[in-house]
Amino acid sequence: MQGITKRFGGLLANDAVSLDLHAGEVLALLGENGAGKSTLMSILFGHYLADAGHVEVFGQELPAGDTRAALAAGVGMVHQHFTLADNLTVLDNVMLGTEPLGALVTRRAEALRRLHDVAQRCGLQVDAQARVAQLSVGERQRVEILKALYRGARILILDEPTAVLTPQESRSLFATVRQLVEQGLAVIFISHKLDEVMAVSERVLVLRSGRVVAEARTADTHPAELARWMVGQSVAGVQRLAAAVRREPETPAGVPRLQVRRLFARGARVHLRDVSLTLAEGEIFGIAGVSGNGQGLLAQVLAGVAPREAGDLLLDGQPLAASARGVVAQGVARVPEDRQAVGLIGDLPIWENLGAEALHTPTLSRWGWVRRQAAKAYAQSVLEAFDVRGATPLRRTRLLSGGNLQKLVLGRVLQRADGQAPRLIVAHQPTWGLDVGAVDFVHGRLRAARDAGAAVLLISDDLDEIEALADRIAVMFHGNLGPARPAPLWSREALGLAMAGVDEACAHAA
Amino acid sequence: MRLEARSPVGLIDVLRAGALAALAVLAVAALLVAAAGAPVGRTFGLLLGGAFGSVFALSETLTRAIPLMLTGLAATVAFKARLFNIGAEGQLYAGAIAAVAVGGGAVHGPAPLLFAAMVLASVLAGGVLLLGPALMKLWWHVDEVVSTLLLNFIVLLAVGALLDGPMKDAGALGWPQSVALPADLELSKLVAQTRLHTGLLWSVGAAVALWLLLRFTTLGFDIRALGANARAAVYAGVPVTRTMVCVALLSGGLAGLAGVIEVAGRTSYVTLDLSPGYGYTGIVIAMLAGLHPLAVVGASVLVAGVLVGADSMSRSVGVPSYLADVVVASAMLAVLSASMLTRYRLRFDRPVSQASAQAPS
Repeated sequence: MQGITKRFGGLLANDAVSLDLHAGEVLALLGENGAGKSTLMSILFGHYLADAGHVEVFGQELPAGDTRAALAAGVGMVHQHFTLADNLTVLDNVMLGTEPLGALVTRRAEALRRLHDVAQRCGLQVDAQARVAQLSVGERQRVEILKALYRGARILILDEPTAVLTPQESRSLFATVRQLVEQGLAVIFISHKLDEVMAVSERVLVLRSGRVVAEARTADTHPAELARWMVGQSVAGVQRLAAAVRREPETPAGVPRLQVRRLFARGARVHLRDVSLTLAEGEIFGIAGVSGNGQGLLAQVLAGVAPREAGDLLLDGQPLAASARGVVAQGVARVPEDRQAVGLIGDLPIWENLGAEALHTPTLSRWGWVRRQAAKAYAQSVLEAFDVRGATPLRRTRLLSGGNLQKLVLGRVLQRADGQAPRLIVAHQPTWGLDVGAVDFVHGRLRAARDAGAAVLLISDDLDEIEALADRIAVMFHGNLGPARPAPLWSREALGLAMAGVDEACAHAA
Repeated sequence: MRLEARSPVGLIDVLRAGALAALAVLAVAALLVAAAGAPVGRTFGLLLGGAFGSVFALSETLTRAIPLMLTGLAATVAFKARLFNIGAEGQLYAGAIAAVAVGGGAVHGPAPLLFAAMVLASVLAGGVLLLGPALMKLWWHVDEVVSTLLLNFIVLLAVGALLDGPMKDAGALGWPQSVALPADLELSKLVAQTRLHTGLLWSVGAAVALWLLLRFTTLGFDIRALGANARAAVYAGVPVTRTMVCVALLSGGLAGLAGVIEVAGRTSYVTLDLSPGYGYTGIVIAMLAGLHPLAVVGASVLVAGVLVGADSMSRSVGVPSYLADVVVASAMLAVLSASMLTRYRLRFDRPVSQASAQAPS
């Protein structure tokens, strides 16, 4: 890629960026959100037209803005937000778009064989007949990678691939990446996690404000230097990245806020079996686990959108309501896993999304008529308090970036229209797909809410996040919640083993 | 050939697309008129004159627009919530038959009260008719497109049976038609010497009311939220069943209202040719109006004008009045294409990439 420049209105997303990638190497692309990583990759993949510059793949000039030509030239991309059809099987998803349009019969058997071949070669095991809707986030990512490889990708772009994986899975992904480059593939690895960049890449390219600020062989650099390049010279930025602050371990002496006793619930794939936990006010309780082990269902039950079969849920001693409106009225702040599909309604204006949970209450409506001025004023106050730049209440929500969307979701539940402080925060993957700056913002808000007395249930696949935030941690596996222990008593290995379902006693015996 | 998103869509783009859509419709119509051997310019002139050229023409157009407005609104509110009600035709007939059942002499009382009861019965008849498919969709995931569409035939056959049986007017010389409404239950004329009746005020009022409801009320928010992203709406606490019941009653009720307004304003009794497909044309109107209640008013006057104008044109130059159907259908296709093309642009790939796309591995 030579001299790529791309503007969006007044924003210069890429400023004369050049990038070389050789067969058989992993190039890490490092940078904060808005640094221009995604834009650059979208130009390579043909989603966007560059204002200037050109792209060559294997010596052939790639026609600009042509996704199909990019695919044909061997460029495969695994997006942060997956592009899979939920109601089709893995095999169907992989075959989608590879079969000629007019063909009456599809060659499924052959496709299945090829898929198995590819999966075997790269160590990516997925049940080809499973429906995508039944897969966990981690498994879906594997399908995305397989999809690209099945189409004969020679250049694979991985956009923040480890955000959803366990440490063990991440390690196996790195092994996969190594296998792929040994077979002559070139991989672009987009990340903001410095240790991963150090572990997996040969070269690293750091972007800041749309410009290449540094390029180095990974062996010649070290994490602190990368961090400095990434955030610039600002001392605060370096400090912010240096380490996430862990609070002094503290016994949950506080008053119990949430009590879950012997909860059973049926899910599409995993059932909750006898889940009990006690959450004190002023603590962050982290639930770690590979996605798809029932954490999502637990979050949905607490959010009032999934039914429970048995068990008691008490919030400050009162039974927890079983409806979304009911739990919101009781002071539960809910941050769903998927902000675009579940948290927000993209086609509605920002003010309606921010008011969505309270529009039916006297704060924002009277006699069924929405108090539009009050709702817009509230929206404006959230936009200011959560620093959603460039947004106005009337703007269509869809136009915001991922980090700003998450700020809307947080703002709606943390700074409620009725002024009530949240009593319980259920945050499911609150930083998935966000850049360092936005992650930092979200973490800061969650800590502040905890310090203000809220009980926070943090459900995350990201162990860095759990370790950075949680006062106590428990691991969920196959619908069972393991014992909760103070965060400092968990080692990374112990967490990883528990996430993989290995009983600790067995592990010690072995 | 493929689609590519245009980044900002300006007002100019929208206007240009609208003008292009109108030109495309005119071109299609011109081709057909020429094929029928008639002078294109004169035919268009006659069509326009027959629709809007005189007080009489205009009154006929507006009279035709009244039921179209109401069925258009019925489709609008349902589609906003992603409840695809294709059953407005049946709901209209259910409203009409309920009107003569209540107002046709079976019940007695002071005229204003009886009129209110008649309108209420019709609205309920239409609304309840849609309630079944809506609840079947909610509880058992039965596709409402199929259930509402098939209900049309059931209702039409049932109305036919009623008109030939228990509700047949004994004085109608054997024709399958209902008794007529008494004169004091009929809508008064809006303009003397024409057929235009006060139903126009009802339908325009309904459009304004629906616009207010969708834009300014919590129910309106619930409806739009469910239609735009049902999962997120549920998560935010929108009561799905209650909202869907309201949408079904509103949509079916508006179609039922079209039935009673037609009977009370125009025909005074029910026959099986009360509606030449107003229920289906309402869907086209809702799409033409971009699901905006106020735009439904304009769209239905436009469509009614084409239908009425084509009738009068075909009497003068001998071009079949089916031209009107072609114009309405191509108008809808043109508007949908135009709205897509304002958001996306078509790009044509060079054949090189097609050749290399043959070998994916």
